[in-house]
Amino acid sequence: MDMRPDPLIMMTTPAQAPTTTPTKVAANNVNVYYGAKHALKDVSVDIPEKSVTAFIGPSGCGKSTFLRCINRMNDTVASCRVEGLIQIDGKDIYDPALDPVQLRARVGMVFQKPNPFPKSIYDNVAYGPRIHGLSRSKAELDQIVESSLRKASLWEEVKDRLNDSGTGLSGGQQQRLCIARTIAINPEIILMDEPCSALDPIATARIEELMEELRHNFTIIIVTHSMQQAARVSQRTAFFHLGILVETGSTSDIFTNPTDKRTQDYITGRFG
Amino acid sequence: MTDITAGGVSPPIRRVEFDTAESKARLRGRYRSEARFKAYGIAALAVAAAFLIALLSSIVMRGIPGFFQHYLVADVLVDAAKIDPEGKGDAATLRAGDYTAVARAALADAIPGVEGRQLKRELNGLLSSGAGDALREMVVADPSLVGQRVRAPLLLADEADVFLKDSGTKIRVLTDTRGVASPSATTGDVTILVGANDFADDVALVKAELKALAEGIDETVARRKARGATVESLADLEKEAADLRRRYEAAATSETLDTKTASRLVGINGGLVKVKEMTPTLVKGEVIIPLKSTADAAPGTWDIRVYETPESNRNLNDRGVAFLEELKAKGLIESQFNFAFFTRGDSREAELAGIQGALVGSILTLLVTIGLCLPIGVLAAIYLEEFAPKNRITELIEININNLAAVPSIVFGLLGLAVFLNFFGMPRSAPLVGGLVLALLVLPTIIIASRAALKSVPPSIREAALGIGASKQQAVFHHVLPLAMPGIMTGTIIGMAHALGETAPLLMIGMIAFIVDVPSSLTQAATVLPVQIFLWSDLPEPAFKMKTAAAIMVLLAVLFVMNGLAIWLRKKFERRW
Repeated sequence: MDMRPDPLIMMTTPAQAPTTTPTKVAANNVNVYYGAKHALKDVSVDIPEKSVTAFIGPSGCGKSTFLRCINRMNDTVASCRVEGLIQIDGKDIYDPALDPVQLRARVGMVFQKPNPFPKSIYDNVAYGPRIHGLSRSKAELDQIVESSLRKASLWEEVKDRLNDSGTGLSGGQQQRLCIARTIAINPEIILMDEPCSALDPIATARIEELMEELRHNFTIIIVTHSMQQAARVSQRTAFFHLGILVETGSTSDIFTNPTDKRTQDYITGRFG
Repeated sequence: MTDITAGGVSPPIRRVEFDTAESKARLRGRYRSEARFKAYGIAALAVAAAFLIALLSSIVMRGIPGFFQHYLVADVLVDAAKIDPEGKGDAATLRAGDYTAVARAALADAIPGVEGRQLKRELNGLLSSGAGDALREMVVADPSLVGQRVRAPLLLADEADVFLKDSGTKIRVLTDTRGVASPSATTGDVTILVGANDFADDVALVKAELKALAEGIDETVARRKARGATVESLADLEKEAADLRRRYEAAATSETLDTKTASRLVGINGGLVKVKEMTPTLVKGEVIIPLKSTADAAPGTWDIRVYETPESNRNLNDRGVAFLEELKAKGLIESQFNFAFFTRGDSREAELAGIQGALVGSILTLLVTIGLCLPIGVLAAIYLEEFAPKNRITELIEININNLAAVPSIVFGLLGLAVFLNFFGMPRSAPLVGGLVLALLVLPTIIIASRAALKSVPPSIREAALGIGASKQQAVFHHVLPLAMPGIMTGTIIGMAHALGETAPLLMIGMIAFIVDVPSSLTQAATVLPVQIFLWSDLPEPAFKMKTAAAIMVLLAVLFVMNGLAIWLRKKFERRW
C-alpha cells in the first residue's frame, strides 16, 4: 500500500470549504518532530469559526499531536519541535513575542481523562478566572462559576454541593466540570482530546449535546476515535493517517463521499 | 498495519494438558514452590520480629529503673543556723544555705549514735551531693519553713540507688539463735560471747566457700597453663589458692572473714555488729549501728544476718548496706518517678544527671536543620523536577545528589569541621554548626523524597492547569506542590528522624563535650541525645547504664512520635485521583 501523501489531497484549501464562516485557525505546512521521529508531516488545514471540527484517524496518526500544537501544549514536551505556520485570527501563535500562557487562556483544552483538580467544584471552575483576574468581586466570581456550570449543563446537579470535591463526581460529571472550568475563562477555541473515551454512552451523549450548544459560542476542535461521534457532532472532519492529513472536508462529504481510498477504507472499517 | 505474515516453519501446536502425569507434577511443583516462598517470608518476618521484641524489651527492662530514683524521705529540721544564720530571709541567702548539712543532720537523726569519722563518712556517702536540692527549692519557695520540720525527699547517691533497684545482695537472716549472747561494748570493737555453738554452721560454710574459691582459682590456673601461660605469670594466683587452701584445711575453729566471702553481721540489742572473726561460740567485730546496751541477749532475740554477695563483688560495702537496710526497715526509703531526669543537664553524679541539656540541644539542632533543609530541599526539588531542562548538567547534578545521600555521615562531620569551624570560625559544639552539618546530611534525602513526591503527582493535573492558561509556576505552586506536600512532609520528617539519631558527624564538630548547662541559644555549647547516650554508655557506674537505657527510650519515643506524625500526615492528606 502506498503511504506517501497524495499531493492533490494536500491541496485542500478554504476555497473548497462549503461554508461561508470565517477561518479561525489556519495551519500551513506544519511539521512536528519528537526527537528524531517525524510525527506530523506537512499538515495544512483551515478550521472555521463557531463550528465543531473533528479530527479522526487510527491511533498514532498525529491527530492529538496536531491538536496540542494549537494551544502550544507541545511546548511542555522537551523533545518536541514544531515547524510551519499556525495562525489564529491571522496571527502566528508561534511568534516569539506571543506568550503561550496567554494563548492557552484563549484556546482552552479538555483532556481525554477527566482531570478535575482535587479541590472543591467551585474552586475548580473559579481557578481560571482567579488567575486571569476575570472577576472584580466575589459576587462576580460566583456568577461566572454559576454561568459556566450552567453552560456545561452541570449546575442543576451540583448547585447544592459546590464545596464538595470535584473528584467525588462521576466520570461524566467530572468531564463536564472540566468543560465548565475551560469555558469559565471564555476561550475562543476549545480543544477536546477524545473527551468521551473514558465515559459510558449516556455520559457521552450528554457531552455531545453540550458540544452542540457550545458551538454557537466557541470554535470546537475534537479529536475522536469514534467515527459515529465525529459524524454526530462535527460540521467538518479531517482524517489523519500516519502523520499525514489525508483529507478534510465537510463531515457529510467525508462520510458519504470520501475522495481518498484510505479515508474510505477507514470509515468503512477496513482498518484502524 | 495489522496483517502480520509469519515467516518460516510454524511450530507444532501444543495445548495445556490437565491429566497427564507430567502436568500434574508440574502443578505440584508450582504449589510447592509457592508454599516454600511463603514459608521463607514468614520465617524471615518471625526472626525479625523476635529480634525486635528482644531488643525493645531489653531496652525497656533496663531503662525503666532509670526513670525512677530512691529518696530518703524524712522529717528534716530546716536548721536556721545552717541555712540563714544571720536571719536575712532573702532568696539569695536561702539559696546559698548549706542544705547538704541539713540533709546529713536528718540522716544522722534517722540512724542515731553512729561514731567514728570513717563510719560517719560512709553514712553520709549514702546521700547524693545534691541531696538537699529539693529541700532548697521548697525553702526558697516558702521561707517560713526555716526553723521548721519539713518532710522532704533527700536524693540518695547512685550506689545506694542502684543497690536498692538491683537488690545488690541476697540477705539471709537467721533468727533461731540458741545461746545467750553477751556483747562486750556498745560501740567500737566488740566481742560477743554466745552460750551455744550458734556460729558452728557459719564457720563450716565459710570454709566451704573458701574451698570453692580455691578450686575456682585452680581451674583458672590449669586452663591458663593449658593455653601456654608462663609459670611466673601464674605465681600470684597459685599463691592465692595456696593461702585459701591453708585457711580451709586448718583444723582451727576460728575463722577470719574478709571481702572475698559472704559477710556476716550480728543484730543485737538494737545495734548491728559486723563480724571480723568467729569461732562457733564467739565473734569479734566492729559496731556499725550502736548497741543500746551491753546486756545479755536471750536466745531468739538476736540474729545473724548474712549478706550473700561478697563485699568485693558489690558497689556498696557492708556498712552502706547495713545503713540502707536500717533506713528501709524504718520505712524512710521511697522510690519516686525521677522528674529531674527531664529537667537537669548532664552531671558526673549519676543520680543528678538528666537529659534536658541533650534534649534541648537536639531540638535546637533540628530547628536549624529543618529551617535550612525544608526550603532549600523543596525548592531545589521543584526546580530540578519541574523547571530544569533535562540536559547533561542537570543529569550530573541529579547523580551527585543521589551520591551525596550515600556519603558516610562522618565525612559531613569532617566537612563541617573544615568549613564551618576552621574556615568560618563558628563556635565549637554549637547547635548552629550541628544543624548546618546535619542539614548537609539530610538535604539529599529531602530532595530525593520531594522529587519522588512531585513525580507521583499525575501529569494530568499539570496539563489541566496549563490548559486553562496557568503559567508553569502557577501550575506547580497551586496544584502540584499541594498534592506533593504529604509526600514531601513524610520525607522531611523521616529525614529529620534520621538527623535526630545521627551521632558521628556531631563528634567531629565537638558536640561530644561534657556539658552541664542546658543550652539557651544556638551558639552555646550543647550536646544532643544520641551523643549523650554515647557518652553515658562509656561510663563505668551501673547507675549510668540505667540512665543510658532510659535515654535510649526517650530517643526512641521521640523517633516513634516523629514517624507516627509522618504516617498520620500521609494518611490525612493522601488524595486519590
